[in-house]
Amino acid sequence: MARSKERDVLIGPLVDSNPITLQVLGICSALAVTSKLETSVAMALSVTFVLALSNTAISLIRHYIPSSIRIIVQMTIIASLVIIVDQLLKAFAFGASKQLSVFVGLIITNCIVMGRAEAFAMKNPPLLSALDGIGNALGYSLILLIVGFIRELFGSGKLWGIPVMPDSYQTNGLLLLPPSAFFLIGLLIWALRTWKPEQVEHEG
Amino acid sequence: MARDSVGNTMLVAAILCVVCSVLVASAAVGLRGLQEANKQLDQKKNVLIAAGLYDDNENSLDEVDGIFSESIEPVLIDLETGELADSEVVDPATFDQREASRNPDLSQAIEPSSKLGGIKRREKYSFVYQVKNEAGKVQKVVLPIYGKGLWSTLYGFIAVGADADTVEGITFYQHAETPGLGGEIENPNWKALWKGKKLYDDPTNSQKKVALQVIKGAVNPDSADAEHQVDGLSGATITGKGVSQLVRYWMSEDGFGPFLDKLRQSAEGDSDG
Repeated sequence: MARSKERDVLIGPLVDSNPITLQVLGICSALAVTSKLETSVAMALSVTFVLALSNTAISLIRHYIPSSIRIIVQMTIIASLVIIVDQLLKAFAFGASKQLSVFVGLIITNCIVMGRAEAFAMKNPPLLSALDGIGNALGYSLILLIVGFIRELFGSGKLWGIPVMPDSYQTNGLLLLPPSAFFLIGLLIWALRTWKPEQVEHEG
Repeated sequence: MARDSVGNTMLVAAILCVVCSVLVASAAVGLRGLQEANKQLDQKKNVLIAAGLYDDNENSLDEVDGIFSESIEPVLIDLETGELADSEVVDPATFDQREASRNPDLSQAIEPSSKLGGIKRREKYSFVYQVKNEAGKVQKVVLPIYGKGLWSTLYGFIAVGADADTVEGITFYQHAETPGLGGEIENPNWKALWKGKKLYDDPTNSQKKVALQVIKGAVNPDSADAEHQVDGLSGATITGKGVSQLVRYWMSEDGFGPFLDKLRQSAEGDSDG
């Protein structure tokens, strides 16, 4: 039983309760940074780092956090982690950090991070919370990578900055603009909910 | 002490603040060296981009140092005279331009400060990056420029041809404008519009004015002024005005004017002889 619970929190968010496609959270950054695979990966790694550590840290001190200031405590921990990620990117991945610009800082307000802290880490032990953080971050990363892959491949005819399409390929400029991520995510949600009809929200 | 008591709330908040600030501060201090090195490399890269010697799609970062030392010759000039700076007053090896603009001995007031978007002081000395051909003749010069946009100070480089009038390239490497709007000053397609534009209304006249500016909307290619105009960026009117202003300031007598006059004279001298 315990085994399967750990499996559930880690694997579940990939498809069954994916934070982007089921809960439709974290859309803002998913639109902004996915025009290239490289920035998508940098963003995915950053969010994974922040989400895993913030969930662990908050879960570790969950019995000491006074409920009156719990949101502020969560925000402080998340914000500190995001600043550290930003500093690390500036030191080791300067190009990516310039392209991600403000969106690294905006991880602080990414609803997924706050959402998991409040909904999961406040109620569960550290190990499970860490797995939940990693699972949700992977779910987010999966969508980011799919969208980034499609946008870079068809938008600029490249993958990871290397041209892969034949020279005769006419690049699709729309895919480089943020609205195209909306279309792609919309199509993904449609495909996923056709495959798994239980994810469809019923009105009323 | 109860978990929700005032005392415990204060205690938790205080401990949290101390722990988080120590973490953030140590990350910032510990990584500063690497970040500085990255910034310098990025500056060199942008000098090369302005000069048209580097393309993000074709070159890799590892090549920056090589290309830079091979084709760029940085010299330190006195902005007022346009001559080489006196090496007894300032040492090019240790001169830090950003630092100098804040140092009262190495900077001067901008009068009135509205000329450069409210920036009050500028450095007296500046690096210029000369690109020479095989015969040792200056082909173009890359000049550091900065000014205010909407939210932030824009730092960049502009490359000017040997005629001291034709723009060879422009680039901005540090700013905090809105991504997608003012941030589009980093867009390679927009930067490419600058190439071939002319700086001055009447380049050989000593009373010449900087005519080059970012306009609102698209440039009409048939208009007589097309060579002095660059397309505006939609949603970025104030950033565009800031760019016009900083180009006007740095290319005028207040900025690199004296240096560019010397460059023009030496280019003309060469063609006469």
